[in-house]
Amino acid sequence: MSRAVFGESVKRVEDPALLRGEARFIDDISLPSMVEAAFVRSPHAHAGIRGIDAGSAMALPGVHAVLTIDDLRPYLETEFLVVGLPSSSYQQDRNRPALAGDEVVYVGEPIAVVIAEDRYIAEDAAQLVVVDYDPLPAASDCRDALAEGAPRVHQDAKDNLLAEFNMGYGDIDAAFASAAHIYAESITQHRGGSHSIECRGAIASHDPGTDQLTLWVSSQMPHSTLRVLVDMLGRDENQMRVVTPDIGGGFGPKLVVYQEDVVVSVAAMIVGRPVKWIEDRREHFIATTQERDQYWEVEIAVDGEARILGLRGSIIHDHGAYTARGINLPQNSAESFPGPYEVPAFQMNTKLALTNKVPVTPVRGAGHPQAAFTIERLMDRVARELGLDRAEVRRRNLIQAQDMPYTRPLKTRGGLAVVLDSGDYPKSQEDSLARAGWDQFPARQLAARADGRYIGIGLANFVKGTGRGPFEQVTVRIGTSGRVHVYTGGTAIGQGTKTMLAQIVAEQLGGDMENVTVTTGDTAATALGIGTSNSRLTVVAGTSAHVAAGKVADKALQIAAHVLDAPVEDLEIDGTAIHVKDRPGRISNVRVELGALAHAMAGTPGYTLPGGMGPGLEATENVILDSKTFASGTAVVEVEVDVETGGVKILNYVLAHDCGRIINPMIVDGQAIGGTAHGIGNALYEWMGYDENGQPLTTNLADYLLVTATEMPRIDLIHHQSPSPLNPLGVKGVGECGVVPAPGAIISAVEDALAPFGVHIDRAPISPPQILALITQGRAP
Amino acid sequence: MGEKRTVSLVVNGTAYEESVETRLTLADFLRHQLGLTGTHLGCEHGVCGACTVLVDGLSVRACLMLAVQAGGADITTVEGIAPSKDRLHPLQEAFRDNHGLQCGFCTPGMLTTLLEFLRNNPSPSEGEVREAISGNLCRCTGYQGIIDAALDAAERLRGQDATARPHGGESP
Repeated sequence: MSRAVFGESVKRVEDPALLRGEARFIDDISLPSMVEAAFVRSPHAHAGIRGIDAGSAMALPGVHAVLTIDDLRPYLETEFLVVGLPSSSYQQDRNRPALAGDEVVYVGEPIAVVIAEDRYIAEDAAQLVVVDYDPLPAASDCRDALAEGAPRVHQDAKDNLLAEFNMGYGDIDAAFASAAHIYAESITQHRGGSHSIECRGAIASHDPGTDQLTLWVSSQMPHSTLRVLVDMLGRDENQMRVVTPDIGGGFGPKLVVYQEDVVVSVAAMIVGRPVKWIEDRREHFIATTQERDQYWEVEIAVDGEARILGLRGSIIHDHGAYTARGINLPQNSAESFPGPYEVPAFQMNTKLALTNKVPVTPVRGAGHPQAAFTIERLMDRVARELGLDRAEVRRRNLIQAQDMPYTRPLKTRGGLAVVLDSGDYPKSQEDSLARAGWDQFPARQLAARADGRYIGIGLANFVKGTGRGPFEQVTVRIGTSGRVHVYTGGTAIGQGTKTMLAQIVAEQLGGDMENVTVTTGDTAATALGIGTSNSRLTVVAGTSAHVAAGKVADKALQIAAHVLDAPVEDLEIDGTAIHVKDRPGRISNVRVELGALAHAMAGTPGYTLPGGMGPGLEATENVILDSKTFASGTAVVEVEVDVETGGVKILNYVLAHDCGRIINPMIVDGQAIGGTAHGIGNALYEWMGYDENGQPLTTNLADYLLVTATEMPRIDLIHHQSPSPLNPLGVKGVGECGVVPAPGAIISAVEDALAPFGVHIDRAPISPPQILALITQGRAP
Repeated sequence: MGEKRTVSLVVNGTAYEESVETRLTLADFLRHQLGLTGTHLGCEHGVCGACTVLVDGLSVRACLMLAVQAGGADITTVEGIAPSKDRLHPLQEAFRDNHGLQCGFCTPGMLTTLLEFLRNNPSPSEGEVREAISGNLCRCTGYQGIIDAALDAAERLRGQDATARPHGGESP
């Protein structure tokens, strides 16, 4: 019998090379005669550029070139990266130039590039490039940026409103007019960068003989990168290839196509040698996109029983200086604000403010954590005002399992309906509360307070749209070697994509994962590709792989039936061969190797193909899955707050999550826990600070705090599996799920711990000094 | 170009005599001059721990040390941990079995840090493991798989003949 691998915690195929130090990340690639790049970046949040003097830099031995936008222009059809996702709500187009011309609009914006013998010399020379700046007033805070008379982010703009949109349904005025209670909250939210432990990097190589340009890049979306380069460089697709090596984490910002990708590509043509650029951590802080500030002004209307009648409000979103992705991030925030709750009427206004800061694009969670935080803060507020248990308020408002699929009268960015496709949200909350000892907590809390300890408990529910379509291409091919090759436009960024696809394909092609090789993120291997984002690959690439593998298996069985002269129904694929199934009392040794079948289907000149079938033993699928599938869950967190230091310690963390059918439980656990760690950082530690002039204040990993092993609690996971009806595997995405409920649950718990001081928290993250200030305020007479 | 000096050192059991620029970091020397690219650079300012190697058995951030300072040293990098081409070290096996890695970029530093730690503390508590890797950042795993792997590896190593340990597991 073929081995079952789907649903098993099989070991990851990625691991042996990574554990031996034999993986190949971008900086591990070295090409003959390769030179290295360092960028000259703006130290000003906003300035005019009067001139650039590269004389001293060029004089340094080992320097090959110092390039500005003037040097790149002859190679470019357009000097701008036009990447914004479509929307009718843009008020202005703000595309990044490959290198800044006469104006810089954020600290870190690239102005020139030095190409030198090695990175040490390139960095020395970059220091010697003299840029004559004319400093200009900067817009830093996104609320101030929208005010009348604010400094303009771009000199040629009339204001700083990048886009504005409204979203809603139902009779919102009637809902609020009929409400028994209306509560308003002003909520400040901040998320920081991705901080994959590997920074970005790119290597370009141009072969003048074939006029072939190859870019290796640490990117989540190589096909997007290719399309942007084709547009900008005016090259034929056949003259361009983009390849992703092993990628040391993505978390969102690596889905963006960057100026540096374009610049090294052109530089390789100009200097006639391969050019490598490796981002350092400081550059990652100032030049890689990040999430940042959102300010929510919201109101909730409830009836006398705490049932939601309506939600309304507005968001001001810090967009940064350019559009590096679109309006998608605050769109996600607004769209997902109602979360897992019944909300009869809904109205949100969202404004995207340009600021003189590095562009904002999604980081793991992509606007959903902010939405979850806001609705969960409102739930706590309603509970407090009405004297109800926080869990009870939520219980009364959760969408019920029997109402699935549940259509919310909202549209996604692509104009599709928002349909929560499956899940049992009340059970998720109930099981999590039981596991966390919610009902017994008041007794624990009383006992702790008697000891002078301040402990608290909090909860948050969430839904997370995953598997964004429309498709991801997968080719499954059995080679004449007998090996099964899988190719996808998706990229592997640490989430176990290769293992996932190998499991899905092996399930139908003999069960031998060792016989499956997966190639990700190479535009030469896959014609079409979208890439890794939005917890999408298991859904979209997984489904294409499943269908393609099924087609290849069917064909292989039919050819084998012809070759073995046996009925198809008597055959099965096991390991690397197809054989006649054993029957009671009869063990069969009739078999044919998959490689032999592939040989037969490769064709022989002058001979017909066996069985009259088409050539080859492969299938390419682009299964269209337009609608998102919604993962869901609940976090219940117990904390202790040190009222002398403001420090928060997480004592217990329960996460129930439902990502549909699970392909590999071990990997799903890892994704859920890893996402939770990121969410804990967003609740308590991570802060990308800027001063009022747009100067970044936290540009190293000592100032910007990532969660370490000593802050991270053990996560107590509960798995629910509500298969998605939207795809044949029944799967949903999981990569971003853990992060979404974390800030809401943690802040709820901190507030609960500090209830004796009457503390109310309206922000995330919250630092020890801020907690101390709230306690002091509460203690004041 | 900076001043050059010759350094002699042993890396993963192989002796090298190399001419290096005095300002070259040990990490860049290992990666780009010796081609041992398993040692990764995550921050280049001594916080993330990805570049951790063992210098005379002690964990060191290779981004904060110069190659010329390693003259005469015996260095173990991630490439030197497995006992052979077809076998992994028990710590590496435990990482694979306990999902102690996702993107794998921080993994070399985690492995070298834990090799030193488990040699000094063969029966650690979970809290001690957390302390031991608190100077190594991982953005993927939330550390739980790494901690489970370390505890599992400790058990495996306790059950193993000490002489069977590879280069990195020997006492200095």
